[in-house]
Amino acid sequence: MEDTHYVVLKKENFDQFISTLAQKQKLVAPVPKGFKSFAFEPVDSAGQVALKYIPTVLPLKKYFMPQRETLLEYRAGKVMKAEAVVEYEPLTIFGAHTCDLAGIQCLNMVFSERPKDYNYLTRKNKITLIGLECNEYCDAYASCNLVDASFPGGGYDLFFTDLGDDFVVHVNTRAGDEIVASTRSFDKTEPFQLDELRKLRDAKRKIFVNEVPIETKHIPELFDRSFRARAWKDLEARCLACGNCTNVCPTCYCFDIRDELDLTLKNGIRYRVWDSCQLEPFAKVAGGFNFRKERSVRQRHRYYRKFRYPMERFARYFCTGCGRCTRTCMADINLKETLNELLKESEDRVWKRWL
Amino acid sequence: MEKMVIKDSGYKLEKAKILRTKQLTDKEKFFEIALGNGQPLDHEPGQFIMISLLGIGEVPISVASSPSGRDSFDVCVRAVGKVTNALHKLKAGDEIGIRGPYGKGFPTRELQGNDLLIIAGGLGLAPLRSLIHYVLDNRRDFGKVHILLGCKQPKELLFGDELEEWNQRADLYYACTVDRADPDWAGNVGLITTLIPGVDIEPARTFAAVVGPPVMYNFVIKELLSKGIPERQILLSFERNMKCGNGKCGRCQIQNLYCCQDGPVFHYEKIKNLSEAM
Repeated sequence: MEDTHYVVLKKENFDQFISTLAQKQKLVAPVPKGFKSFAFEPVDSAGQVALKYIPTVLPLKKYFMPQRETLLEYRAGKVMKAEAVVEYEPLTIFGAHTCDLAGIQCLNMVFSERPKDYNYLTRKNKITLIGLECNEYCDAYASCNLVDASFPGGGYDLFFTDLGDDFVVHVNTRAGDEIVASTRSFDKTEPFQLDELRKLRDAKRKIFVNEVPIETKHIPELFDRSFRARAWKDLEARCLACGNCTNVCPTCYCFDIRDELDLTLKNGIRYRVWDSCQLEPFAKVAGGFNFRKERSVRQRHRYYRKFRYPMERFARYFCTGCGRCTRTCMADINLKETLNELLKESEDRVWKRWL
Repeated sequence: MEKMVIKDSGYKLEKAKILRTKQLTDKEKFFEIALGNGQPLDHEPGQFIMISLLGIGEVPISVASSPSGRDSFDVCVRAVGKVTNALHKLKAGDEIGIRGPYGKGFPTRELQGNDLLIIAGGLGLAPLRSLIHYVLDNRRDFGKVHILLGCKQPKELLFGDELEEWNQRADLYYACTVDRADPDWAGNVGLITTLIPGVDIEPARTFAAVVGPPVMYNFVIKELLSKGIPERQILLSFERNMKCGNGKCGRCQIQNLYCCQDGPVFHYEKIKNLSEAM
C-alpha cells in the first residue's frame, strides 16, 4: 500500500463530493427501491445513495451494454442508405461492489476480443467507475470469495472503503486523480487510517471464506467431471426457462439483433437487445432443429459459461458471486446449492470407484 | 444518450447488387451477387456472410462459389423464415446489404496434394460447392476427388446442370443418391451412407469434407472412420443461427467454441467430444 495512492474523504464532505460529481456529468449510484431491492439510478445528493446495499436488481452491464441499443440507422427501399452508429453517454458510477467491478472486467475482455465491439468500447471509455468495498457479506446468496471477487481486484478509477468516520479511497487511474483534484473534497491519509484499512482487510479475510467447499482453482476440474451429472436433470424439473437469471447476471452478454421500421416503412433501425440462452428458441436453426432443446442442457450451458468455458478463453471465471441469479429465480434454483450437488455427486463417484 | 456514426463498427453493411437469380427447386433459389464497391468478396471456401434486408433482418448464408477468378459470388438460399422468404422475392438489379465473410472455411492449403472425399447432404451442397469449384479451378493441386451427393427426393437436387457436368468429367468421381425415388429416377436409392463403402480411396491421404443436416453427421462419420480415414482428416461444417458473426451474441456457441469465429468448418478431431456439436 503506497500512501500516495490513497486519499481520505471525511463523511462530512461526502454530500459535497456527491453533489459536485453530479454537476460534472450524469452520476448514478445504488438507491433503495423498497422490498430489500436496490437499483443504480441517477442521484445528485448523498442522501439518495445507499452505502450498505445488496446487489442491485440489474447489474452495471445496463450502462455498458444497454438492454436495447441501436447499431444501424437506415433508409430502406430501392436505394438503401445505412450508417453504423453508437449510442453513448458520459457517466459516473458511484458505489460499484467488487462483484460488479469483476463483471465489467469480464465484459471488457469479451468485447475487446477481436473482432472488437466498438459500440461497447466507445461507451465504456465514457464511463468513470467508483467502487465501494463490502466490509461484510451482503446476504447469504453471495459467493464472491469462491471466484476471487470479494476483495478489490482493479477495474475502477477510485475505490472507496467505509471506515466509519471517513472513507479511505484508492486512486487507481488518472481519471480518478482528476476527480480527487477537481472535487476538492479529499484529504491526505494519516498513517492510522491506512492501518485501519489493513485491519479491516484482515478481518474480512476471516469473514469471507469459500462459500462452497472447494478450492477456487479446482472448480474447472469439478466441471470437467460434471457434464453428465444428475444435478442438471434436477434443474430440468424446476427451471421455468424464463431467462431471469441471465438478465440479472453481470457477465451474461448474449443478444439478439432485430430490425424496426418507423410508420413511413422507409426509415428504420437495427438494434440489439439482451437475449438469453435459457429461452427455448435460442439455439434453434432454420428448419426447426434445436441444439439445446432441454432445459437441463440450457441450464448446464449457463453454468459452464460461468465456470468452465471462459477459463479457456479468458482465464477467469465469469461468475462474480453476486448471487443475483439465485435471488431472482422464481423456482429457487440456487447457484451454491447446484455447486454443492455437483461436488457431492463427484465425491460419490470417487467413493464408488474405491469400493 | 448521444449518438455518433462509427466507421469500424462490426455491424456496418456493404452495399451489394443481385446480378442474376435462378429458382433451383421449390424452396431453394440461387443468387449471383456483386459488392457495390466493385471489389471481390475475398472469402475462403466454406466461409459465410450475413445478408441484410433493411427493415426485415439479417441471416447467415454460406458462400456457394469459389473465390478464384471472378469478382461476384454466389449464394443458394432456402426459403424458411422471414428474411429468406423476402430474399426470394428479389430479382436481378435489387440491392441488399452484406457483412463478412466470417469464420474459418475449409483449410485449402492443408488439403493441397491430398485426395478429397466431398460428401454433401441436401443444402449442404451450397457451402461445399465453394470448395468443389475451388478444387476444379485449381485441379492439379489436388489428388483424386470424390463427390458424394444425397438428398431426400430427385426434385430437391440442386445445381442440376453442374451435377451432370461433374458426372461427365474424367477427373472426378461422382455419385448421387436419393432417399426416395420418383418414377423418372434411374440412379441410386438409399441414404448417403450407402455410397461410402463403395468409394475407392487411400484413407491415409484422403481428407473428407462433410456438410449436411444435423442428423447426417453421426452416420457419415461412422462410415468414414470404419473406412480408415483419420479423425483429423475429417472436416465438418455446422449450421447455427448466427446473429452477429463476431463471436459475441452467443447464438452459435458449441460449448466453448463460437461456430461463427472458430468454425463453421471444424476438424472432427477437435469437436468430437463436444456434446452439442452434432
